[in-house]
Amino acid sequence: MPQSAEKTKDHVSLFREPEYTEMFAAKKAQFECRPSDDAVAAQLEYSKGWEYREKNFARTKAVINPAKACQPLGAVFAAAGFEETMPYVHGSQGCVAYFRSHLARHFKEAVPCVSDSMTEDAAVFGGLNNLVEGLQNTYTLYKPKMIAVSTTCMAEVIGDDLSAFIATSKEKESVPADFAVPFAHTPSFVGSHTTGYDNMIKGILSYFWEREKGELKAGATTGKINIIPGFDGYAVANNRELKRYMDLMGVEYTLLSDVSEVYDTPSDGTYRMYDGGTKLDDVRAAIDARATIGLQKYCSDKSLEYIAAKGQDTASFHYPMGVGGTDALLMKLSELSGKPIPDSIEKERGRLVDAIADSQAYLHGKKVAVFGDPDFVYGMAAYLLEMGCEPTHCLSTNGGKDWEAGMKALFASSPFGAACTAYPGKDLWHLRSLLFTEPTDLLIGSSYGKYLEKDTGIPLIRLTFPIFDRHHHHRFPTLGYQGALRVLVEILDRVFEMTDAASDISYDLTR
Amino acid sequence: MSLDYTNDTAAAEALIKEVLDQYPEKTAKKRARHLGVAKPAEEEGATSCGVKSNIKSIPGVMTIRGCAYAGSKGVVWGPVKDMVHISHGPVGCGQYSWSQRRNYFNGTVGIDSFVTMQVTSDFQERDIVFGGDKNLDAMVDELDVMFPLNKGITIQSECPIGLIGDDIEAVAKKKTAETGKTIVPVRCEGFRGVSQSLGHHIANDAIRDWVFDKSAPEEFEAGPYDVNLIADYNIGGDAWPSRKLLEEMGLRVIGMWSGDATLAEMARAPKAKLNLIHCYRSMNYICRHMEEKYGIKWVEYNFFGPTQIAASLRKIAAQFDETIQANAEAVIAKYQGLVDAVVVRYKPRLDGKTVMLYVGGLRPRHVTNAYEDLGMKIVGTGYEFGHNDDYQRTGHYVKEGTLIYDDVTGYELEKFIEKIRPDLVGSGIKEKYATQKMGVPFRQMHSWDYSGPYHGYDGFAIFARDMDMAINSPVWSKFKAPWKAA
Repeated sequence: MPQSAEKTKDHVSLFREPEYTEMFAAKKAQFECRPSDDAVAAQLEYSKGWEYREKNFARTKAVINPAKACQPLGAVFAAAGFEETMPYVHGSQGCVAYFRSHLARHFKEAVPCVSDSMTEDAAVFGGLNNLVEGLQNTYTLYKPKMIAVSTTCMAEVIGDDLSAFIATSKEKESVPADFAVPFAHTPSFVGSHTTGYDNMIKGILSYFWEREKGELKAGATTGKINIIPGFDGYAVANNRELKRYMDLMGVEYTLLSDVSEVYDTPSDGTYRMYDGGTKLDDVRAAIDARATIGLQKYCSDKSLEYIAAKGQDTASFHYPMGVGGTDALLMKLSELSGKPIPDSIEKERGRLVDAIADSQAYLHGKKVAVFGDPDFVYGMAAYLLEMGCEPTHCLSTNGGKDWEAGMKALFASSPFGAACTAYPGKDLWHLRSLLFTEPTDLLIGSSYGKYLEKDTGIPLIRLTFPIFDRHHHHRFPTLGYQGALRVLVEILDRVFEMTDAASDISYDLTR
Repeated sequence: MSLDYTNDTAAAEALIKEVLDQYPEKTAKKRARHLGVAKPAEEEGATSCGVKSNIKSIPGVMTIRGCAYAGSKGVVWGPVKDMVHISHGPVGCGQYSWSQRRNYFNGTVGIDSFVTMQVTSDFQERDIVFGGDKNLDAMVDELDVMFPLNKGITIQSECPIGLIGDDIEAVAKKKTAETGKTIVPVRCEGFRGVSQSLGHHIANDAIRDWVFDKSAPEEFEAGPYDVNLIADYNIGGDAWPSRKLLEEMGLRVIGMWSGDATLAEMARAPKAKLNLIHCYRSMNYICRHMEEKYGIKWVEYNFFGPTQIAASLRKIAAQFDETIQANAEAVIAKYQGLVDAVVVRYKPRLDGKTVMLYVGGLRPRHVTNAYEDLGMKIVGTGYEFGHNDDYQRTGHYVKEGTLIYDDVTGYELEKFIEKIRPDLVGSGIKEKYATQKMGVPFRQMHSWDYSGPYHGYDGFAIFARDMDMAINSPVWSKFKAPWKAA
């Protein structure tokens, strides 16, 4: 008997016991009607080759293991970053169960969010009654300061009009007339979660700047800088790091959506459904800011366009990682605020450069595959080029043609980019073919990459959302010089581990 | 080993009132019907859990439920390992459910097994406007090129499919004729029904309509002890210790549904002598169908904890001859030593601890005795998507005074936990972190919190270990900073 109370074997070891392996073999032989082992081995081998790669890249309809999610996930994430705000999704309820689970699995935090549970009758008659009843219940039960409404694809397909529905709900006194109910239509058959993030930020801004008290005109500038962080699995730590820099510089700022407290609450005996987040008064005042910066272009294009129309300067980055990315962000902050970058930050920069210089021999020419959201892949690739690595395959399922053009320009800016290719709109099954036919030394992406690591043996470094199978990575930054240092160490650790594992002879004590 | 205890009925009733007072009046009336306290029933040894169930969730209250797609793709079909399951519609549903149920299987991913893959038609606006049938047709061909060893394909409908008038059944028929493989359309759009539950039913019907009696009969020599192990999804490997017990008592498991299942095991099921069903909620439909059409009897069983395992082994054996009955006794005897050792080790650490549950399927009742085997008491339980027959069955498990909550809202569950302060809560990922922040130990009872298996005797040892880990972790004593007054 393999099991015992003293040395309890769970799934990790139990199923390697002969009692089980023999049972598996018998089940397979007698009942499963599987293809022969030879056929499986042959297909496995074939799936690693160039011919399979060509067939794989000829796909136009089947999407296999994509690295993107749908709009309302981004809208819920964006909404969660505002003071005492309840994200509310108009449409089918199952979607909300999924959004909450998805974010909770990454952040290891509670993710409050409500649905108005539309079913067949709403599909026929529209979801107005659901919204009227839902807003009242949410307002009464969860006592939020704001309810931010987005939509599932069901509500979008039947054409529900949120603006009219919310107005009707207020007429029916579901919530007070002056209660903040911004909204964004977030069809999941358009764009991805990054689009939904952008739409919700714009929806919230346009509520406070246009609809709450009529159209506001930008007044005398407060000199503040607005920052839209974008959909970032590391937002908890990155937002804090960003604020630390701006505090050091003396820049006054407003983060437009800040989940750093919301998705990182302490364990002290009290569950905080709401904690932190951007103050609603700060959102109102944000119209008078000096400028707005989007840290991730593809999470803020529409919002920035809207803000620019209000007369503000705007700028956007592609998840500014590494030395150059951080330099550019700080210089932009300095330029817009008129505040110099202090020596203490310059010293941090110097320490990062020092670390890269110390380790450059182990990074030079290392081939890396990167996948994720378009801005992350750009920022990561830019940093890899700085380290002398070659971001050989850069793949973004939700990246488009303009992203590809930007990546090409980035590759052209460095000799290390000469042999690199960007793959917009491709999925992780494409990446599998790329990694088998043109292997890299490392793979950088999310937890979804673990299947690629298993298949190809190429070590995965988890550096972007979602990270389900490793704990607490998101609690430490990836942005700023400190974040870059941490990313550097993660890459180096894997390089050194690979070297240690590769040869008994070269098992050096000092490197 | 059944424990004898009752819970405080008056306190539970007061708590329900307190919670309902916070709702708008109309909503309070609706929710009142879903909250109750177990009362003594006429039937001896049972209680009555009289709450309403399987009713639409109320908008805006933060239901914990999912949808029909989750019930079909996520629960019933997703684990069938040698078929490719298309999440047909926009990208999200398949993405969020990708590899999240821990349906273990043996096989080579992407070659002969596809359980941990996310295959989607990734609907774009043009698909909504022009329909997705043409692309679905082409997609099936592409999947056959990518995965030539697949045994079939299922089409798991997401919300838009039923709204835009696509005819996935026609596509399935055409592609079945062209490829000779089993192509199964499933109308599990998320807006259908009130929860996951309708998705289970629709998925069951799809097996009936698109798998049974469809392919050429295989050569199969039926035996006197052939059974199907139905509605065990092999979460963390659950179905394997279960299968082991059944084989040890001399039964031949000719199909596992649907954890670690192949299409052949699904198609062969009508040849069994008996269906053994674990999760009644998700697969009673197909068992009833097999009973009506093929005359196969079905038996519910419970492999959580030694009390229920022994009772179930005897109940199953009673359907067969004396040889099997003697074997069942031998199996129970074989594992008695393990059971005793587990109880000796963990009961002193868990005795008298209170547990609140909120789960789906069978677990709100099925795990009750497993806790009691360790000396623990169930003070509250409820179903995400149970029906009346689930609550009737629950009466045989829970004690008088147990708080019962159907389709509990986030608000209610939080308040119940806060006021009752049980020693352990067993629920899902959405409930986990809010509960732990309150300083209340928690185990996910959908995914086994990434542990398992929990079924069978082998699983009981793991179950006991895990509950002990959660409750007796030193971290719970660290919540208050020492400089804060107690």
